[in-house]
Order: sequence, then C-alpha cells, then structure tokens
Amino acid sequence: MSRTETGTQAPGSLAPTGKRPQGTLYRGREGMWSWVLHRITGIAIFFFLLVHILDTALVRVAPEAYNAVMSTYKNPIMGLGETALVGAIAFHAYNGIRIILIDFWTKGPKYQKVMFYVVIGLWVVTMAGFVPRHLINVFSEVGH
Amino acid sequence: MSTATLDSPPAPADDVIPTFTVTLIIRRFNPDTDDEPTWQNFDVEMYPTDRVLDALHKIKWEQDGSLTFRRSCAHGICGSDAMRINGRNRLACKTLIKDLDITKPIYVEAIKGLPLEKDLVVDMEPFFASFREVQPFLIASSKPEKERLQSATERARFDDTTKCILCAACTSSCPVFWTDGQYFGPAAIVNAHRFIFDSRDEGANVRLDILNDKEGVWRCRTTFNCSEACPRGIQVTQAIAEVKQAIMRGKP
Repeated sequence: MSRTETGTQAPGSLAPTGKRPQGTLYRGREGMWSWVLHRITGIAIFFFLLVHILDTALVRVAPEAYNAVMSTYKNPIMGLGETALVGAIAFHAYNGIRIILIDFWTKGPKYQKVMFYVVIGLWVVTMAGFVPRHLINVFSEVGH
Repeated sequence: MSTATLDSPPAPADDVIPTFTVTLIIRRFNPDTDDEPTWQNFDVEMYPTDRVLDALHKIKWEQDGSLTFRRSCAHGICGSDAMRINGRNRLACKTLIKDLDITKPIYVEAIKGLPLEKDLVVDMEPFFASFREVQPFLIASSKPEKERLQSATERARFDDTTKCILCAACTSSCPVFWTDGQYFGPAAIVNAHRFIFDSRDEGANVRLDILNDKEGVWRCRTTFNCSEACPRGIQVTQAIAEVKQAIMRGKP
C-alpha cells in the first residue's frame, strides 16, 4: 500500500459506531406513509368496531347494563378518544377513495401524490368542522 | 506579430479540482465472525463528479479490502449494485455523492428483504426464482419465415416495462415483500407485464393465471416505493395496476 493520498485519508475506524444496529428506516414517500397510516387507522377502527358491537349488543342482554356502560364513556378522556376515532375514520375513508382511484382509474397511479394531499386537505377541513364543535360538547358536559 | 493568445499565461498549476470529505457509514456483516451486522465509518476524499460506487471502490482499494459489494458495468445497466443509500434503494453507480446531503454521513446498507450474505451482498435467488416463475420469455406457436411483425403502437404498449435491469431495487423496497417473502414482488410483475401486453406473445393468460394468486398482484398495496426506487424510471405501480385490470378483464 504505497499509494500516496491527496486528501486527509482517515483509516476506516474499526470500532463500529454502535448506534442503530438495525438497518435504517426505509425512507418511503407519500405512498408508503399513506399506506402506514391506512393500516394504523384500519386496525384502530377494527378494535373500536369490536368494542362497539359488544357494548351495543349489551342492550339486548340488559338495558340497565347498557346504560351503565354508556355512562362510563361520558368523560373527557373518552371525548378525546372519539376525536381520534373520527380522525382515523375520516382519513381511512378519504384515503380509501384514493386507493380505489389508483386501482380503477387509469390515471390514478400518475396522480397518487396529488390525491394524497387532497386527502390530507379534506381531512383537515373535516376535522376543522368537527373538532371544535365536539370538544365544546365534551367539555361543557364535564360539570353536569 | 502579436501572439497574444499564445503568450497568455498558462492555467496555474495549482488549479486543482476541488474535493470534499464525506463520511460513509456502511452496514457491515461478516458471516464468519459476526452474529449481526454492525455499522462502520469511513472518511473518503471525493470529487464532485464521483458516485457512491466510486466511494465504495476507494474504501475497498485504499482502506479496507474486505468490504464486499457487487458491481459489474458501473453504468446503470447490469443492475448489480442496488443498495440502500440514505434509507432509499438506489444504484450506487447512478447516485452522485454531491446530490446527497454531504454535510451529513451517507448511510449505505444492503437491500432489505433478501437474505444478507456479506456486507452489501444479498442472496438474490428468491428474487430470480419469482422472476422465472412468471415465464419471462416469448411464448408463440407460429414460426414465421422472417421476424414477427408489430406496429409501433403495439410496441409502445409495453415499452416502459422493457427497461427492467433486474436490480431488485423495487422488490426490496416493497413493505409487503419485507414481511412476506412469498410475494412475487414488483420486478416479477413488471417482467410479466412486458410479455402480457406484447402482441406477439400468446402466453398472456398463463401469466395472468400465475399472478392471480394470493401471493400475486393482489398483494400489492400501492405504496409506490417501487416506482420511487426504480433506477430506470419504470412506473412499476402503474404496471402492476394494469396487470390487476387485465386479470379482472380476463385478457390483456
């Protein structure tokens, strides 16, 4: 190894850097993150529906029990949970339309990024309409 | 006689091309000694015209000869040197270092979802097995005297998917493929698309049948990672969508 170097040639540091022993997170773009969000919201909605069917079925078993369960939901924490639920459903619904268009509209794949930002825009508008109204309801009932 | 042009002083000898130091953090793995991969830093002095492959060469030739990676043509045609550069699948020979953020270290690691063999080399066999499974060759019963004729429009129908160099950048960027190695993967579907929509080919229905499988095109979740990763600019997700449509129609 008699090759002369022009620059500062630091030898390969043999000590491993130690950080991030796993591979890096794949840096996907709009398509990948919309898919990740679609999965997360989908699974969240699934668990909501599971609980929802169970507590609604309770009314056939015993109306008093149903009322008791319903009354435990009327607190600010559940109110915030409902906000998250509506947010998840709104995203899942709008992005679902985007995915249908990607699959069935010939120009869908070409405009997938634009459609993703349209989804985000629609979601923001929906939430802007829903969240203030809902939170006023939730927090005005706290005193009652 | 004035010879001004000749008398003008020659370009100064110290007019060197500027260089810059970049740090590459490479995910290394030696199957003989390591239980799991580790990250290792290398500082290299590079020119603005250099690519990530040149930096890897410099490390291998001047700093650590044990660094292992594949490359053949080094000009973006052979498809040997697909790797994950700063978290995205790229060909090392088509990625200029100056186009990356050189104020930060450049992370280089093997492509994901295929078995890691050493450093940046993965076992490509599962990838090629999927490729072979879609029958990527012309199936035609006729034996013409001369060539098989095709109009320019018919040729344009599948032009995009003829560009594939089988580098596996698309397949190994697919989140579905990472978790489900049985999935055919974008590259196999692209190469099926190339023959399904070829007017000279007669095996379209066979291929559509192969891809109309639980692990076929229906596994595609349209994350568009493949289209972003393709070094040849193939609209991979579009091609997969066209195959999905062809399966639903029952013909190309």
